[in-house]
Amino acid sequence: MSHSTADKLVKMANQIGMFFAAQRHSDAVAGTAEHLKKFWDPRMRAGIIAHVEHGGEGLDKVPLEAVLKLAGK
Amino acid sequence: MSLVKETDYGTPASKSEKEVTLTIDGVSVTVPEGTSIMRAAMEVGTEIPKLCATDSLKAFGSCRLCVVEIDGRYGTPASCTTPVLPGMSVHTQTPRLKAIRRGVMELYISDHPLDCLTCAANGDCELQTMAGAVGLRDVRYGYDGANHVFARSRKDGAANFEWMPKDESNPYFTYDPSKCIVCNRCVRACEETQGTFALTIDGRGFDSRVSPGMAEAFMESECVSCGACVQACPTATLTEKSVIAIGQPEHSEVTTCAYCGVGCTFKAEMRGEEIVRMVPWKDGKANHGHSCIKGRFAYGYALHKERVTTPMIRDKATDPWRVVSWEEAIAFAADRFKKIIETHGKRSVGVITSSRCSNEETYLVQKLTRAGFGNNNTDTCARVCHSPTGYGLNQAFGTSAGTQDFDSVDDSDVILVIGANPTDAHPVFGSRMKKRLREGAKLIVVDPRRIDLVRSPHIEANHHLALKPGTNVAIVTSLAHVIVKEGLVNEAFVRERCDWDEFQDWAAFVSDDRNSPEEVEKLSGVPAEDIRAAARLYATGGRAAIYYGLGVTEHSQGSTTVMAIANLAMATGNLGRRGVGVNPLRGQNNVQGSCDMGSFPHELPGYRHVSNDAVREAFEQAWGVTLDNEPGLRIPNMFDAAIAGEFRGLYCQGEDILQSDPDTKHVSRALEAMDCVIVQDLFLNETANYAHVFLPGASFLEKDGTFTNAERRIQRIRKVMSPKNGYGDWEITQMLAKAFGLDWNYTHPSEIMDEIARLTPTFKNVSYEKLEKDGSVQWPCNDAAPEGMPIMHIEGFTRGKGKFVITEYVPTDEKTGPRFPLLLTTGRILSQYNVGAQTRRTENSRWHEEDVLEIHPHDAELRGVRDGDWVRIASRAGEITLHAKVTDRVAPGVVYTTFHHPLSQANVVTTDNSDWATNCPEYKVTAVQISPSNGPTEWQEQYREMAENARRVAAE
Ligand code: SF4
Ligand code: SF4
Ligand code: SF4
Ligand code: FES
Repeated sequence: MSHSTADKLVKMANQIGMFFAAQRHSDAVAGTAEHLKKFWDPRMRAGIIAHVEHGGEGLDKVPLEAVLKLAGK
Repeated sequence: MSLVKETDYGTPASKSEKEVTLTIDGVSVTVPEGTSIMRAAMEVGTEIPKLCATDSLKAFGSCRLCVVEIDGRYGTPASCTTPVLPGMSVHTQTPRLKAIRRGVMELYISDHPLDCLTCAANGDCELQTMAGAVGLRDVRYGYDGANHVFARSRKDGAANFEWMPKDESNPYFTYDPSKCIVCNRCVRACEETQGTFALTIDGRGFDSRVSPGMAEAFMESECVSCGACVQACPTATLTEKSVIAIGQPEHSEVTTCAYCGVGCTFKAEMRGEEIVRMVPWKDGKANHGHSCIKGRFAYGYALHKERVTTPMIRDKATDPWRVVSWEEAIAFAADRFKKIIETHGKRSVGVITSSRCSNEETYLVQKLTRAGFGNNNTDTCARVCHSPTGYGLNQAFGTSAGTQDFDSVDDSDVILVIGANPTDAHPVFGSRMKKRLREGAKLIVVDPRRIDLVRSPHIEANHHLALKPGTNVAIVTSLAHVIVKEGLVNEAFVRERCDWDEFQDWAAFVSDDRNSPEEVEKLSGVPAEDIRAAARLYATGGRAAIYYGLGVTEHSQGSTTVMAIANLAMATGNLGRRGVGVNPLRGQNNVQGSCDMGSFPHELPGYRHVSNDAVREAFEQAWGVTLDNEPGLRIPNMFDAAIAGEFRGLYCQGEDILQSDPDTKHVSRALEAMDCVIVQDLFLNETANYAHVFLPGASFLEKDGTFTNAERRIQRIRKVMSPKNGYGDWEITQMLAKAFGLDWNYTHPSEIMDEIARLTPTFKNVSYEKLEKDGSVQWPCNDAAPEGMPIMHIEGFTRGKGKFVITEYVPTDEKTGPRFPLLLTTGRILSQYNVGAQTRRTENSRWHEEDVLEIHPHDAELRGVRDGDWVRIASRAGEITLHAKVTDRVAPGVVYTTFHHPLSQANVVTTDNSDWATNCPEYKVTAVQISPSNGPTEWQEQYREMAENARRVAAE
């Protein structure tokens, strides 16, 4: 995965995380993870998981935890 | 079908529920109170002679041909202006009436040329018909006196100053003043139906003349060429040039406009396979007999000389095209796709359909992907316009669609328009809205630009919130702040219909000081007082309806704004009845349909997620395959994956992604990286410059199918001529599917619709027979709602309780700074459509020859830019050059352009920012710098060369 692709995924995941973090009625991490599962194709999910395995640079807290959840960790 | 002539009842129908019974010529008739005698007579089949009346317009009472006698009343009242009364006894034909009518006709004819045999309206002229009806046999007055008919006096050859030459300035219709009977129908049509007020009657008595603008030519006037006046004209004075060129039609078929999401229906009037004219259909439930310039006149592209009608292939996109047979092209395409799948796996190919394609076509293409390729890589251009609507409304209400029918606007007291420009982008609905506004409804416009609705003849917005692009969420949330803080919430509605806990969380959130108008003023530039006043009006002004467009969706927070809008409607109880609701105005004709048909990579038809086992099983059983349960790639993701080398084959139907998607350079790199790009279109579009296979498509006049408009209305398109390319698009997809080993044997699109109905609960009772019978139906159409559903969520929401979602404002990354200090936003104009592939190939180009950049005088002066200068527009993605138009329609700090022309390449400067939920691109905000320039940029020049090169076809 190239650097710029990872950057893009990080930016998108952060955007999603920000929305769910603002909700008061549901769990932000679960919401973000669910969104990634429902709308990101497997390749993109694999990409962001790989990025987290390499340190997850640039990812905010909520999406980071969501990706870990996706990865089953 | 033979030529359909709709009955003209003379005056509009009365909406009264009270009935009145009277007798006309001894026949008893019962009609609603307020009906005219003329209309009541027509109800029992008695056609009273008339000239100035027609049922699309209010009665005017000027020609006096429609006189009747009524027992017990003196005189001869005009039947068009006289309402029925109980017990009236009316006589439509008496010696006295006959004499009056002949006298009237004689006067008309004495100032009318007698060239009926060679007149374009011959056979379709009400004056001619009426002369026949009243038994006019001779005309006593000659042409020697004053007349409008001859250029020179018949007596002495002197110039006749009463005579006026034809006005041929409009490319689609002619105005011949010598044939005008000054019935005023055109003037009234322009006012009442279209709402443009371009025509007046100049002068009085014998001198009166129809005058566009200030006695200008039509093209110089405010006329928007909607055609309403041409249709209303009873004579040959206003006539379509196509009728003059061809003659009167002999048969007609009802079909649906292939341009915008209003979905106007038309009678395609034909002579053999030649189209004579398109006339808006009176019974069309979306347009009620009105049209705009595009649907009415701009169909010439279907026959344009640049249309390609034979398949072509090439090994590399840099080679010239090779014309081949259908068999060879299909085999070549299937072969390449199979090889890609073998080498790179089943997820390495995908499809994109256009929202211009029919339901049946898009359904087949997504079926090909899912059942043939075995993945979910299917997307539609709705991705780049209304995907946030799908996501947002589904979250809030449980249905990805607008809540009302268009007619609902007739009952609105307050209309809130956000990020939409109905008079340009949805003109026929725009006219409806204007009509309601003239009747007194209040208007709030939220838009960075002063769109026409803000101020136009007889219309003025009560509030125009000219926000900074990108601050929609802040503004809408702030409206909610005022509504909650000032106790304007409809608590009864919320308690009954919505989740009360979620509402309370939401109310606490919006009440926070950071959402107050005073705080939001700082980000949005909208005065706090205006936000407050608008919120109060929306919440307390009666039935309030929201209409929104791409100015809402095409942002990094597009989905959030859609949910904020839904919150606003729920909090004020503006849902579930007439006159209210949340209404997305869809860009293209079939945006709604292509979403319904499962074109999105995460949803099977009917908005059901691919991970839903029960739904997948139903499709697996019907299609005899195993389906992928993982969501596929969305359009922008496809491009990213292509550049990464993991996505290598694309079948693109009817969509010019290179021109319509943001960040053109990124898209072209993605296309270059693919092994096989199949383009199916009418023309060698910009995307085809990078294609390996070109499959020529059929125009909407050449195939059967259905479109679904913005009000969820499913309507037929009907084949009126043979496809120039040999096949309907559904047949082409079927050939490809067969080459992939799928055993498809559809013989007509109706069979595809039957399959859709079988597999999609909301479409269960939809069929071509039903559409034949009822004309159209609004989904859901199933056992619970057998006749469809004009207004949704009447008893409760589809999802159960309405959901309030917290809509935190997150500024876009696209910020102005020293390098790029201005915000560019984009839009569209009336005469052109989307990327212009069709409209540019018609005379519509006369209204909009190029895309220009609108810039505020202040910003222009600062940069030394004058009106008409070339200017360079640079963003972090690229730069282009356009001509500048200095205007205060845009605020300082904001510039605006359209994207209808390929050489201007407006998307070279738009960026890859996108909506967080759906990846809908952020077209509406790009930080740019503007500077004077000498002409097209190097990229624009290079691109032109490349495009010319890529379109080469090898000699036989
Ligand atoms: S074409 Fe439409 S806008 Fe133009 S004058 Fe006629 S009614 Fe008015
Ligand atoms: S142009 Fe046609 S519609 Fe208008 S006043 Fe003359 S005859 Fe009537
Ligand atoms: S473009 Fe839209 S408004 Fe115009 S005729 Fe077609 S459907 Fe109607
Ligand atoms: S039709 Fe009634 S006055 Fe003209």
